[in-house]
Amino acid sequence: MRVAVVGGGPGGLYAALLIRKARPADSVTLFERNPAGATYGWGVVFSDRTLTSFREADYRTFVDITNRFVMWDAIDIRYRGEVIRCGGQGFSGIARRALLGLLQARCAELGVEMRFETDVGDSASLNEFDLVVAADGVHSMYRNANSREFGTSLAEGSSRYIWFGTPRSFDSFTFIFRANEHGLFQVHAYPFEGAMSTFIVECAEDTWRRAGLDVASEADSISYCEKLFAPDLAGAPLLSNASKWISFITVRNKRWRRGNVVLLGDAAHTAHFSIGSGTKLAMEDSIALSNALEGTDDLDDALADYELERRPRVERFQEAARQSQTYFQHTDRYTDLDPLQFAFHLLTRSGRVDYDGLRVRDADFVGAIDRWFAREHGGPSLVAPPPAFVPARVGPAEVTNRVAVSARPTYDASEGLVGAEALAELRRAAATGAGLVLTDIVAVSARGRMTSGCSGIYEQSHVVAWSDALGDVPRSVTDVMFGIRLGHAGRRGSTLPRTNGCDVPLADEGWDLVAPSPLPYTKKSPVPVAADSASMEAIVDDFGAAARSARDAGFDVLIVDMARGYLLGSFLSPLTNRRADDYGGDTGGRARFPLEVFAVVRDAWPQDRMLGATITAADWARGGTTVDEAISVARLLGEAGCDLVEVTGGGTVERTRPRYDPYYLVSYSDRIRNEAGVATLATGAIGSIDHANTILAAGRADLCLLLGVRELDGR
Amino acid sequence: MRVGVGLPNSIPGTSGRVLLEWARRAEELGFSCLGVVDRVAWDCFEPLTALAAAAAFTERIQLATTIVVGPLRNTALLANEAATVDSLSGGRLTLGLSVGARTEDFEVAGVEHRGRGDRLTDQLVELRAIWNDDSLATRPVRPGGPRLLVGGTSDVSYYRMARHSDGYVHGGGPPQAFERAADTARAAWADAGRPGAPLLWGQGYFALGDESKEAGERYLREYYAFVGPFVERIVEGLLTTPQDVLAFVRGYSEAGCDELVLMPGVSDPVQLELLADALAGQTT
Repeated sequence: MRVAVVGGGPGGLYAALLIRKARPADSVTLFERNPAGATYGWGVVFSDRTLTSFREADYRTFVDITNRFVMWDAIDIRYRGEVIRCGGQGFSGIARRALLGLLQARCAELGVEMRFETDVGDSASLNEFDLVVAADGVHSMYRNANSREFGTSLAEGSSRYIWFGTPRSFDSFTFIFRANEHGLFQVHAYPFEGAMSTFIVECAEDTWRRAGLDVASEADSISYCEKLFAPDLAGAPLLSNASKWISFITVRNKRWRRGNVVLLGDAAHTAHFSIGSGTKLAMEDSIALSNALEGTDDLDDALADYELERRPRVERFQEAARQSQTYFQHTDRYTDLDPLQFAFHLLTRSGRVDYDGLRVRDADFVGAIDRWFAREHGGPSLVAPPPAFVPARVGPAEVTNRVAVSARPTYDASEGLVGAEALAELRRAAATGAGLVLTDIVAVSARGRMTSGCSGIYEQSHVVAWSDALGDVPRSVTDVMFGIRLGHAGRRGSTLPRTNGCDVPLADEGWDLVAPSPLPYTKKSPVPVAADSASMEAIVDDFGAAARSARDAGFDVLIVDMARGYLLGSFLSPLTNRRADDYGGDTGGRARFPLEVFAVVRDAWPQDRMLGATITAADWARGGTTVDEAISVARLLGEAGCDLVEVTGGGTVERTRPRYDPYYLVSYSDRIRNEAGVATLATGAIGSIDHANTILAAGRADLCLLLGVRELDGR
Repeated sequence: MRVGVGLPNSIPGTSGRVLLEWARRAEELGFSCLGVVDRVAWDCFEPLTALAAAAAFTERIQLATTIVVGPLRNTALLANEAATVDSLSGGRLTLGLSVGARTEDFEVAGVEHRGRGDRLTDQLVELRAIWNDDSLATRPVRPGGPRLLVGGTSDVSYYRMARHSDGYVHGGGPPQAFERAADTARAAWADAGRPGAPLLWGQGYFALGDESKEAGERYLREYYAFVGPFVERIVEGLLTTPQDVLAFVRGYSEAGCDELVLMPGVSDPVQLELLADALAGQTT
């Protein structure tokens, strides 16, 4: 077999030498457009895990690489005049030039034919080869010529960045944030050789234009950045290497192979530089490709194996990179955070590192976070508990800790009268030690129930039952607060208890449904009636009456449900609200009825008790609510006297693509809290106190709804 | 946690007699259930037919599909088949369904591969509706029909599971992988507002003894060839010693598994004795 590798970067060189090793009988020819000594970029970073795979793939290059390594174990965050250090990270770096040199030497030793300064042009010129490895980078000609077949998508990031080197030896992976009159700039810097470091400057596009960098020469860009980062550079200059301001391009390919051509490295995928180098991914590709080719003559099979092995991993990595990229594109959202919290938020941005993980790496750092968090919130700061156990002031109320739990649903109510099982679940939830215990959604009217087994608070007997239940729970131990979720099912009403499944319509004993628009929830659901002014007025009254009943029953907290496809949530979402009147249309129109309801509840609910609302930040369906709309709604709620916004996702329509990742919904809570300026209750698959601590310490929520009912470990 | 065992219904060369002997022996040895898998483009007994026969040869052991590829099948016929097995067995059937991973099964069955996820969702709703309708299909013994489990690894699978079934059936892997899946299943369940907790079923492969180990590995390499190099990780997971079995069972139990089905890598009924001994902590 004759193998051609197009592209002489680290991925191409490593693939060439490993394939040559795996198949000694085959010839391997590498084509590189540039001369052997030319290189762009400065240093390359690897983690410990990557090194292990290098060791297994080719021991010689592993030794060569590790001989040239610079190693460090800290991340420094320079922000608002402070330097915050978190240790225990374990990085190593090498000069890109050195890496290329040693890979070229190893290729030569193994008999790879290297043709530099050779532009292969289009694929036709390589017809004589049995396998073509396209390792020709982010702008791969091979891929671009067949982008439809590969299913290529290129997404341009909204920031601008530029690569510099500097003879200033950072002893850590350093993030620097500096703002001037043009906006916020950030730097990603890390050492790679001797006293040299890579120094990447990044900023938002409008900042870049305001600073005139869009029209600046290279020398002007250098002097601008040198001046801005003078305190960090300590007199060292910035060095150029044909440096230009560019946007990061995320390359994705649905397929990595076409006939005998296979994509590798940046040609196949890129991941934002803030979470790790493309070099690492490219070299891992090379290992997988050579493994797949070893000992087989079925090329199709081998290439399929390679893609199956690599594509899913790379896609997971790209997802983390996307979150990190999003963070760095919008860092200005977080510049109100205190430096320590800002640092913690940065370190946990991609969801790959959590509170406990950081404590293992650097206990002192996490200890400082704990003490800061406790002090900031008026708690004990000498021996500080983890953030989840620091009391929270939300609106007029103080919750003893930041963990909320929901009583599990039971559907054993009769005609709206709460059942014994539901009350047992409420007591069980209270016994966990959580600061806030919430009921399942309680209906404001008989027609507002989701199922025939749902409880309500619309008759005097209901109020008495709730009042007795709250009176029965001994509160002396933990000062638990009880919250009632008030809601109206809308088009998701009149169904069977969810014992065997969700949204199964009641047959005979069902009731008529009301919704913003006459759209059934499932194929089998009855068509709801579009709410008219009379029915809307009645619903507003029901909410007001229910709020007064909840007050009389002794609830400490009230949360109005505006989510999950129930009535008020259906008004908010463009998927379910198609009204042409004042209650539909843009965000303000769709929020109008929910806000009218909220205003009446606000009036009915005591000023000294906490009042909140649940909203859906994403419908997870095409054309649905966006997080930007959710932020607007949260802001409107805040102005209307809402103390706490519970942030959920999904439920609006039946066919959705939900996300059960523990931090996914948290990213919405984060934005709502930091942009709308309201306290948030984060939800989702938050399964442990560790998750909660991670979220709370980063300032991404004020309270966390923990899944499942379990004893909390107060530490 | 209960521990069941798989019928060797997809191990090539297994005879009908061995299959039935296996079923009877599994019951005698006290396993909780018999699991079956589903392939069309493969030497494989049809799973519900195999369970119907097993039902006739046993009295107490539970019968479970882990899993049947739902979208390959006409829903009305599947509903009646399942109700029939449930009725013949006195209410012992648990029906696990998934979208299926192999395109060739769909090709051979002449069924569209695309849209199989949505079809499975509809199918789950339909199955319940048919079982609850006295004018359709045989009357299942269990009110509302057999328990339904759903498998699959995407978030949409968990969503479907939580909205329309009784629990989650995991596809196999180390206990840590099961634990992560179980967490996701519980999250989806809570999100859907379902009462109680989802049933959580796990699976693993065993082939005890040196000779069986080789045969079992060979079988897994062929059966899972479609996953590519990942097959080696499946092969590594094969339980080949009593210690392997005990550690695996303990791991699943700690991860909150309700029922663990140990699937055979070879179809020699002696494997059942070896497995029962291993579970009893006897390392003969």
